[in-house]
Amino acid sequence: MKEPLIRVVKKAELGRKETLILRLEAILLALVAGGLFILCLGQNPFVIYQTILTGALRSGMAIQATVKIAIPLLIASLGVTLAFKMRFWNIGAEGQIIMGGVFASYFALFHSGWNHWLLVIVMFIAGAVGGGLWGLIPAWFKTKYDTNETLFTLMLNYIALNVIVFLREGPWRDPGSQGYAKIARFDKNASLDRVFGIQFGWIIALVLLVLIWIYMNRSKQGYEISVVGESQETARYAGMNVKKVILRTMFLSGAVCGIGGMVQATGSDVTLTTAVAGGVGFTAIIVAWLAQLNPPAILLVTILFSILEKGSSVVQSSFGLSSDCADVLQGIILFFILGCELFIRYKFVFRGKGDVRA
Amino acid sequence: MTEQYAIECRQITKAFGSVVANDKINLTVRYGEIMALLGENGSGKTTLMNMLSGIYHPDSGSILIGGKEVSINSPVDSKNLGIGMIHQHFKLVDVFSAMDNIILGSHGRRLNRKSLREKIEELGHSFGLEIEPEKKIYDMSVSEKQTVEILKVLYRGAQILILDEPTAVLTPQETEKLFAILRRMKEQGCAIIIITHKLHEVLAISDRVTILRKGKSIDTVVTGECDEKKLTELMVGRPISLNIDRPRMENRETILKVVDLTVEKSDKTIALDDISFDIRTGEILGVAGVAGSGQKELCETLTGLMVAKKGAILYHKENIVGKSPAEIIRLGISMSFVPEDRLGMGLVASMGMVDNMLLKSYSEAKGPFVERGPARELAEKLIDKLGIVTPGVDMPVRLMSGGNVQKVLLGREIESSPQVLITAYPVRGLDINSSYTIYELLNEQKKKGVAVVYIGEDLDVLLELSDRIMVLCHGQVMGIEDADRLTKEQVGLMMTGARAEEVLGAGDDRVQKSDECMDAPGCVSDEGEEEKA
Repeated sequence: MKEPLIRVVKKAELGRKETLILRLEAILLALVAGGLFILCLGQNPFVIYQTILTGALRSGMAIQATVKIAIPLLIASLGVTLAFKMRFWNIGAEGQIIMGGVFASYFALFHSGWNHWLLVIVMFIAGAVGGGLWGLIPAWFKTKYDTNETLFTLMLNYIALNVIVFLREGPWRDPGSQGYAKIARFDKNASLDRVFGIQFGWIIALVLLVLIWIYMNRSKQGYEISVVGESQETARYAGMNVKKVILRTMFLSGAVCGIGGMVQATGSDVTLTTAVAGGVGFTAIIVAWLAQLNPPAILLVTILFSILEKGSSVVQSSFGLSSDCADVLQGIILFFILGCELFIRYKFVFRGKGDVRA
Repeated sequence: MTEQYAIECRQITKAFGSVVANDKINLTVRYGEIMALLGENGSGKTTLMNMLSGIYHPDSGSILIGGKEVSINSPVDSKNLGIGMIHQHFKLVDVFSAMDNIILGSHGRRLNRKSLREKIEELGHSFGLEIEPEKKIYDMSVSEKQTVEILKVLYRGAQILILDEPTAVLTPQETEKLFAILRRMKEQGCAIIIITHKLHEVLAISDRVTILRKGKSIDTVVTGECDEKKLTELMVGRPISLNIDRPRMENRETILKVVDLTVEKSDKTIALDDISFDIRTGEILGVAGVAGSGQKELCETLTGLMVAKKGAILYHKENIVGKSPAEIIRLGISMSFVPEDRLGMGLVASMGMVDNMLLKSYSEAKGPFVERGPARELAEKLIDKLGIVTPGVDMPVRLMSGGNVQKVLLGREIESSPQVLITAYPVRGLDINSSYTIYELLNEQKKKGVAVVYIGEDLDVLLELSDRIMVLCHGQVMGIEDADRLTKEQVGLMMTGARAEEVLGAGDDRVQKSDECMDAPGCVSDEGEEEKA
């Protein structure tokens, strides 16, 4: 029985500073590994990285495009954070975004003659209600029958997606479109105004950020979410109505995601397509976790993700790399950053290096 | 050294992060010997044993098995060396039979069920173990499950047995049975290590004792040359008194009267079966019973967390069954509850003291926001008052030691000045010093006129601390008696289903009772109440 080559040993809990340094190292390593990948493709990694940065930030227009990517991602990340704080695995942000978009689109399509601000407010509420109700369904089943929320919310995504397909092919089909079916473009009156050249969804997103930050850290309801997330037994012991907290929080989580859908449909797309969520609901999960469910950190991570995404599309057009390469790069970066969590908690000891004091 | 030991640990060191759990520990065990490993919680007993069973690997030092130096890297290695560990929490598959559990994970030729059963029965017989091989684990009592665990390691041919606090869940009678089995194994040449912190058990079963304190091996002594006092001194590091006070209070009166209470668990099985008793101010009511006899449900029903199926809990003739905790408070009864699972129920493990202080009171603040100011003051006050050791009020409570965690929880509950204080296993996992602090706190409450319910497992403590003892078995009350009229053995019998009348003997019981009342003040009023109930 030889001693194994490597042993995993638990570390003492690290301070904030050490943790931060470790994370920065992980990012650096990710860039190196990504660079090797780019080298293999026959490109100069420094040039590519530079292009990603400049591509996302080189001009007013580029920045506007980057922010446009960031808006729904930020809102959806905030939405799932509420559920995750409660350890309710809401994988259904995608569906909640879509239903928010659908509810808001109803007013955009059929009540476009209303007063503009009244219409915007109604669409906002409709988006929140649509997403909220879509989030409430799995929560209700969870509290009533203890169903698995991960699967439930995931499945609802596909239902939501096909609701749009149904509307596009049937009741909401644009009679003016020839050939393939689509939903009509919204009236100008039903689209969001621009502030600094970008639809004002970004203001909504930032306001939500502040509100959710305060809600989670200062309010009684936010406190209840933390306690329920940590231990339902403790919540029950403290006299909290656990079911009520779950239902309320999932409604809010869905509602925030739904607002994201409303903002995307009426602000950016100015119509409703099956791409209204476009995977944002899934990316939001990663963003929320990378930011450790901390709203200001979510803003930071969202910005980085948006730069990477916008920059990659520039790389794609100017160097002829396929969009899959950008996905590989994203994957590498995520791998390193998530992988470094292991090193925060454990260290590795090689055979023969006997004494391992932390 | 020429003698060959079954196990020899030399200078074993193991650290978890900055905590050194084992610091250059030396330990030897011979074949045909029972060695007791004694030490308070956190002294490193379990860590050391986990290294022998391959769960951890020592940072430095060497382990010799049968005289040969070995490196144990996994439980499989440990098994191959003939080491069998019986953990405090059984590691059995509930839906499997005893037999399936025993052969689980063992290699070699598969026998057909009949010959396998015979083999297991024969093995059990040779050690005096009674077992029904086809019985499912979920149908078994704790003691039966333990038997299966022991057979499991014997079936694999273990020569070295490690038992981690095996008696914690057993009644005195079951403990005796286990000890008989261990002695039998010893005669057959097994080396046995038993981890415990019950001194009288150490004295009863072991040949030698190794004492650990704060991760260091302090001393190894021959049991025959020791007594409880000396062992305690070695364990704690200084002489301490092992007596628990029991101040007698006058003017005890019934504050809660439980009548014909029946409670079902969520799976519709009966947890409490038609029980009646009363809770009195200025008194500690001890509740004894094998784990899972309905203690948890009793606490939760009293505090309004669980709904009773039938029966009543009367507070000044008002029934509080079916009322929520908030409604109970509104009636003017303040109840505090220290649950068994401190970090999983009484506190939020990842939150600091401040946020944990908020747990019961956060909803009282006006408006939608929580007020952390008063909670912070309360946390700081408790640190001063109870001597809680923590780097700060915002450090997650899960990083605090067990004793400090319990002080936080008990402190918070006492601070709300309850009339009724319900505590479930408040000293479980605490070291001797912390335990005595908790007993003192409970006595202090009793002196203030609080009605204290103490659910406990250590019968010695229960009998010394409580004024009255109620014994539960399968959700039924076996008897409620004054603590000074009961012996440990009697309580043990009642825990396994004997009624108080049978145990105490109806005839001479009366005589004894009246005798005692002559010189015990306050006994007369008790007497009257008991008759009524």
